Amino acid sequence: MWNCLIVLVERAMFVLYGSRFAFRVNMAAPLVPLQRFCKLASLHVCGRRRLWSASVATPPSLYKRLLLALTQRFYDVEILLNWRSQLKSQALQKKNAYYHYTQEHYGDNVASAYFILNMHGSFRYAGQSEWFRSDSSGKFSWDFVNQKDSLLEEVDLGRTVINQMGLGNLVGNPLRTLSLRGCHEVDDWALARLHVFQDTLEELDISCCPHITIGGLAALRNLKGLRRLNVSSLPRLGSPGLVIIMLEEMLPLCQVTAKGYDLSLTQLGGN
Amino acid sequence: MLTWRNMHVTVRTVSGILNSFRVIRSRECMCAHGRIRTFTTGRILHNKFFKDLENQFNAARDKVADALPGSQWSPFEMNPNLPPERADIVIIGGGVIGWSIAYWLKKKERVRDGVKVIVVEKDPTYSQASTVLSAGGIRQQFSLTENIQLSLASADFMRNINEHLGVLNQEPVDLQFNHSGYLFVANESVAHIMEENYSTQRLAGAKVSLLSPVQLKEKFPWINTEDVALASYGLENEGWFDPWTLLNAFRQKAISMGVIQSIGEVTGFNCTLNRMDTVDGETVDVKRIKHVNVRMPNSREYQPVECAIVVNAAGAFSAKLVDMMGIGTGPKDTLSGMALPVEPRKRFIYVFNCPDGPGLDCPFLVDYSGIYFRREGLGGNYITGTSPEEDAEPDVSNLDVDHEFFQEKIWPSLAHRVPAFESLKVTSAWAGYYDYNTFDQNAILGIHPLAQNMFFATGFSGHGLQQSPAAGRAVAELILDGSYQTLDLNGLGFQRIMAKEPLLEKNIV
Repeated sequence: MWNCLIVLVERAMFVLYGSRFAFRVNMAAPLVPLQRFCKLASLHVCGRRRLWSASVATPPSLYKRLLLALTQRFYDVEILLNWRSQLKSQALQKKNAYYHYTQEHYGDNVASAYFILNMHGSFRYAGQSEWFRSDSSGKFSWDFVNQKDSLLEEVDLGRTVINQMGLGNLVGNPLRTLSLRGCHEVDDWALARLHVFQDTLEELDISCCPHITIGGLAALRNLKGLRRLNVSSLPRLGSPGLVIIMLEEMLPLCQVTAKGYDLSLTQLGGN
Repeated sequence: MLTWRNMHVTVRTVSGILNSFRVIRSRECMCAHGRIRTFTTGRILHNKFFKDLENQFNAARDKVADALPGSQWSPFEMNPNLPPERADIVIIGGGVIGWSIAYWLKKKERVRDGVKVIVVEKDPTYSQASTVLSAGGIRQQFSLTENIQLSLASADFMRNINEHLGVLNQEPVDLQFNHSGYLFVANESVAHIMEENYSTQRLAGAKVSLLSPVQLKEKFPWINTEDVALASYGLENEGWFDPWTLLNAFRQKAISMGVIQSIGEVTGFNCTLNRMDTVDGETVDVKRIKHVNVRMPNSREYQPVECAIVVNAAGAFSAKLVDMMGIGTGPKDTLSGMALPVEPRKRFIYVFNCPDGPGLDCPFLVDYSGIYFRREGLGGNYITGTSPEEDAEPDVSNLDVDHEFFQEKIWPSLAHRVPAFESLKVTSAWAGYYDYNTFDQNAILGIHPLAQNMFFATGFSGHGLQQSPAAGRAVAELILDGSYQTLDLNGLGFQRIMAKEPLLEKNIV
C-alpha cells in the first residue's frame, strides 16, 4: 500500500517535472501502466534495509531500475526514498529498544522474557522443561510475569529481527543455549556483544545469518565455555574451510558444525 | 530508340511524383540496386531538402538547449578543475579527518546547502597520506579520558555506519572490522600505570578486563608470560578495520551531500592583520584569513578562494600551513612564538609470515617494550611495528623503509614475547607519517589565538584514524554551534600549549 503511494507520487513528479527536462532527458523512460507497477510493488519484499543491496549476480528488476533513474534525476524522489529507509530502520530500532519500564517495575528476568516473546522468539527457564513461546498470531501467555526469580537458560531467537541493540535486553541472564539462526539483522557487532555470556554459554547457533563475516567470528574468542557452535550457510565467508579449521583451533573444546559449504578442493593452475 | 527510352524515364518520373515519399525512396533504392539511373529532379531533391532542414533544425535546437540557463556552456574558457571562487569553509587536507569534518558539517547544517564546504587535497593518489598507510586499529585503552571518549564515540559511529554513511544507490559500507581486541602486556615497573588506566577506562565506559599472567597463559597459550606482571584486554569495540573503506565512505557520502572536492595544493593565504596588545604588554599580530590560494597540480595557475573559515586537517604537514601564515616566528616563550608543535614522524610497518603463529584469536598485542603486532588475514600473515627512540628518529624526507630496524629492534622483542615468531619471513614493509604532537602526543582541536578563523584538527600522533568520526563531529560542533555539544574536548585545545601544561598520554604506541 505504502509502495503504491510512493509510486503514485513518483509518477506525478515525473509528469509535473518531466516537461521541464525535455531537452536534457535523453533516455525515454518506459511508461509502463501504473496498475502493473502497483502490483509489482506490493509483491516487492520490504524486509530489507537498503534498496540496492541485492547481490551483483541478480540484475535489478525493472521497478528498481526505474526508481534508480528517478532518484538520480529528482531530489524529491531521493528524499522520499531516504525517508522510507530511515523509517524502516527506526521501526527496527524501536523493536530492539531497551525495555526500561519493564526492567524497572518487574526486574531483569521478566524484562528479558517479555522482550523475547515480543520478538516472536521462545525461551526456557533453568530447572523447567516447558518452553514459553508465542503462537503464529503473536499471542502468548503471561505466566512468565509471576516467575521473577527464574533465570533464562535456553533462548531461541531464530528468524527474528533482533540486532546488536536488542541483545542488551538479554544481558544478565546465565544463558546456556542461544540460537540466532536466520536472523537478518545480526552482524559482527552483535557477535562482539556476546562476550557478556562468556562464562555460561555452551551452545550457539548463528547459521544462515547473511551479515556475519570472519571479523565477527573472531569475536567468539571470549566464549571459552562454548561446546557446540553452528556456523552453517554463512554467505559472506570467503574461505569457509579455512575458517572452520581456525575456529576449531581457537575454541578447542567446541564442536563446530558447518554445513552448506562447498568444501571440495579445487585444482589450482600450474604444476 | 532514344525517344522510347526517354519516354520510359519520363513516365517513371511522372509516376514518381504522383507516388508518396516512402514509395519514392524505395523505388530509388530499387533503382540504385538495379543500376538504373534516374534523371528525376523535382521530388527527390525536394525530399533531400526536407531532410536537410530537419538536421538543421535539430542542430539549432541543440544549440539553443546549450545556451539556456542550467547548461554547462559558457562563452569564456575556464579551467574546470579550479575550485570555486568563494566558499564558506575550506578544509585543507583530504584525509579521513578532513572528510569526516566535511561530512559532519553537512550533516549538521540545518538548511539545504547552508554551508558551502570545499575539501582541498594535494595528492589524489594518497601516496603519502597517513590514513591509508596506517595499521587501522581502534582501541579504548588510553590513559586520558578525552581519548577514551573519542574512541568510544567513533566505535559507536562505526557500529551503525550504514545508517550514517550509506548512500541510497551504492553498496553498503563494509569496513571489514575484526573484533579481536587489543592486548597490552606490562611488566612490574609499569603495572601500576596499567591499573590506573584500567580504572579510568572503566569509568569512561570502555569494556576492558585485567588478566593475571596465569589467566593470560590460559587464554593465549602461545604467549611467553615469564616477565609479564599484568595484561589489559579489550572485550568489545576494539580491533582493526580497513582505513581506505572508511575514507571512501566519508568522501562519497560528503560529496553526495554537496561537498566540493578540489585537487590542488595550498600555497599561501591572504590575511588581514590586527595589531593588538596582550595583557602582558606583548604586541601580537592577530590574523584573519581572507583568501586561500589553491594551486593546481603541475601548474602555476592558482585560485584564491575567498572563505570565512579554514580548517587545518593536513596531518603531518600541518605545520607548513602555519608557517605560510607567518605564525610562530616570534621569540620563544611568547604568544607570537607559539607555533604548531606538530611534525611528521616516520613509522615503519613490516608484514611477515609465520605459519605456526597465533590463529583467529590473535589480538592486537602491544608489548611494554613498544612493539606491536596483529594478525592480517587468515594465511599466517602478521603486521608489526614499533616507535623508535626519541633520539633515533628516522629521516622524514621520504618514505623509504629501513629493514635493519626490524632486525635490530623488533624481531628480538617479538621472538621473546611469542616464541613461535623465532622463525618468520618478512614479506613486505611500508612507511607512513605520524602527525606527531611534540608537545604531549595528543590531538589539537580548536583555534589558535593568533589565527582567528583557522580551526585545527591535527596532531593525533598515531590515533587520528580511530578518533576521526568523533573528532570530525567535535570540530563541526565548534564551527557551527560555537562550542562542544556531545563530548567536552576543551582540554585538547591550544590553552594547554599556551599555558605549557602538557596533557600526557601514557599509552602511546
